[in-house]
Amino acid sequence: MKKVYELTDLCCASCAAEIERDVKKLEGVAACNVNFIMQKMTLEISEGADEKSVVKAVTKAVRRVEPDCELVEK
Amino acid sequence: MKREKKRLIRIVVAFVLFAVSMVLYKLTPLRSVAAVGEGWNVTDYRFYLYAIPFIAAYLIAGYDVIVKAAKNLVSGRLLDENFLMVVATFGAIALLDLPEACGVMLFYQVGELFQRYAVGKSRRSIAALMDIRPDVARVVKDGEEVLLSPEEVEVGDVLVVRAGERVPVDAVLIEGSCDFDVSSLTGESVPQSASSGDGVLSGSIDVNGEVRLRALKKYEDSTVRKILDLVENAAAKKAKAENFITKFARYYTPVVVAAALLIAILPPIFLGEWGEWIKRALTFLVVSCPCALVISVPLSFFGGIGGASKKGILVKGGAALERLAEVDVFLFDKTGTITEGRFSVVEVYPADKAKDILAAAYIAEGASNHPIARSVVEYASPVSREGYEVKEIAGRGVKAVRGEEVILVGNAALMEEEGVAFDSRQGLGSVLYVARGGKYLGCVTVSDAPKDNAKEVIASLKKEGCRTVLLTGDRKGAAEAVARTVGVDEWVAELLPQDKAAWVEKLLSEEKKGGAVCFVGDGINDAPVLAMADVGISMGGVGSDAAIEASDVVLMKDDLSAIIEGRKIAAKTMRIVRENIFVALGVKVAVLLLTALGVTSAFAMWLAVFADVGVAMLAILNAMRTLR
Repeated sequence: MKKVYELTDLCCASCAAEIERDVKKLEGVAACNVNFIMQKMTLEISEGADEKSVVKAVTKAVRRVEPDCELVEK
Repeated sequence: MKREKKRLIRIVVAFVLFAVSMVLYKLTPLRSVAAVGEGWNVTDYRFYLYAIPFIAAYLIAGYDVIVKAAKNLVSGRLLDENFLMVVATFGAIALLDLPEACGVMLFYQVGELFQRYAVGKSRRSIAALMDIRPDVARVVKDGEEVLLSPEEVEVGDVLVVRAGERVPVDAVLIEGSCDFDVSSLTGESVPQSASSGDGVLSGSIDVNGEVRLRALKKYEDSTVRKILDLVENAAAKKAKAENFITKFARYYTPVVVAAALLIAILPPIFLGEWGEWIKRALTFLVVSCPCALVISVPLSFFGGIGGASKKGILVKGGAALERLAEVDVFLFDKTGTITEGRFSVVEVYPADKAKDILAAAYIAEGASNHPIARSVVEYASPVSREGYEVKEIAGRGVKAVRGEEVILVGNAALMEEEGVAFDSRQGLGSVLYVARGGKYLGCVTVSDAPKDNAKEVIASLKKEGCRTVLLTGDRKGAAEAVARTVGVDEWVAELLPQDKAAWVEKLLSEEKKGGAVCFVGDGINDAPVLAMADVGISMGGVGSDAAIEASDVVLMKDDLSAIIEGRKIAAKTMRIVRENIFVALGVKVAVLLLTALGVTSAFAMWLAVFADVGVAMLAILNAMRTLR
């Protein structure tokens, strides 16, 4: 399943790259692309993974890098 | 926006406080106290007169950085920019160099603010370029206009579009007529006029007058959605330069931090002067953020992609743009790419009068649907065809009969069979011989002519040192004629689709490092070849899904010169990317060296902050040049 989020207050490009790297490693994430310029994260959740827990883990990973960042689903 | 403002106010307050502190420090007896001996005595009350204003300014300017650093410390991210900044400035405070700590934090925040502003602005201007999304659709339901979102429009719905509004989905005009601005779709600046029965692409802007249209597609299948998907997801395919820089950034920070540790510990063991060396190490930390690099490269690519899309050239990602700049072999499909893709009359050779031959040809070919016949009909002026009975003779031509009178239009074989004496002629494309009442009137040559600017485009590519090859499934004669006219280096004819693929494969295997093979086609039956080439360019808009899927670059306009334009944009983008990498790295390395050697020790940390945020600013501004 594909989800698109707007990342608010994503302020640093290398942080964006780091978020992408970290999120890709999470269980249940099939693919992730963070577009710093559009401030957008495209997330693909693997088939059969629990959506809620994946989103929670993703949010946590994002916050670890950018504490002020909000994920707004589009 | 509110956040930015708050930040700005904070910085201004901190700056005023900093300035006051500096004045107090420099112009009052405090200075002489500082100058006595090796610094301050912490038990002296005058120390607090000096320290408190600076510390206050420092905290106002940088408390959020300190909070973030603390959070990062908890989660173990010790190489984060905020954390390193705090270590550097706390270090300066520990050395009791308060003006430096305060000033560096302040300067850093100003830089961050500028950087944020610049990135935001460039993001918005790129996004504005791509703002072709229609906002609403006016749908007529039971005789009333209802405002819906474009996603809710069903195929067959009647839509109303007024002046200044965008067409929400691909549709056909059913009532009224107006001009449409399609510049954001194709880059073509002249508005296109449309009237009843004409197809209109979604995203076109109605320039004048109200029209009614019938929806042909749902929003998600419409052109505008496809373009948006293509461009917005472009960044997913990262260029080599982008990957290089993200990889580099991962190692850069740890290496610089390690170097800082070494500098703090090793030299003073042998040389003493701990304070001086620790200060140099702290300066290293300030330069250790890779942001300038990481931000400028993708921003440049994005700018290049945005600039290209403004001209009707859709590029799928930085990787495609990068390769486009490297292309040194161009393969062209013939029909519809180099040529117009339709037949037209090239030349008329009358035996006597041109008018007679065209009139006869018109009568005979008037009812035919054959593309060659249509081209003749289009070319000739209409005459009455009444009373003629037309018979098509397969592989020969046509025969029109009225009473005793017979008109023959066809190839040499037809003339020979009917016993008409004629002058045989070799020409570009097909030759039609015309005879009326047994008398030879002359001939007309019809061919699929090369596009007007094909010759110039090929010449300009050749001038840049590119090899140009024409690959076609057409027969040898036609291929050779077109190849000669447009001046390609090589041509290969009578290729089946799989032969084309084999050719592309061959050229790909011959390709040297640093070069790339590009295939240009109309995307109708060459999707596999488009996908196979390093760069596949499909021409003529977003007609076929397979072509969009397979190609790296889609030209919205059916115009070969867009290839040249696209290459220019690609080359410019790559130049800017290289400049940014070079300047950002160069300045950082230079500052690191100067710091390590102690050349700039009096203002080392200031210089370091410039190397960090100032260079990022320069890189962002430079990246924005790709838009122009």
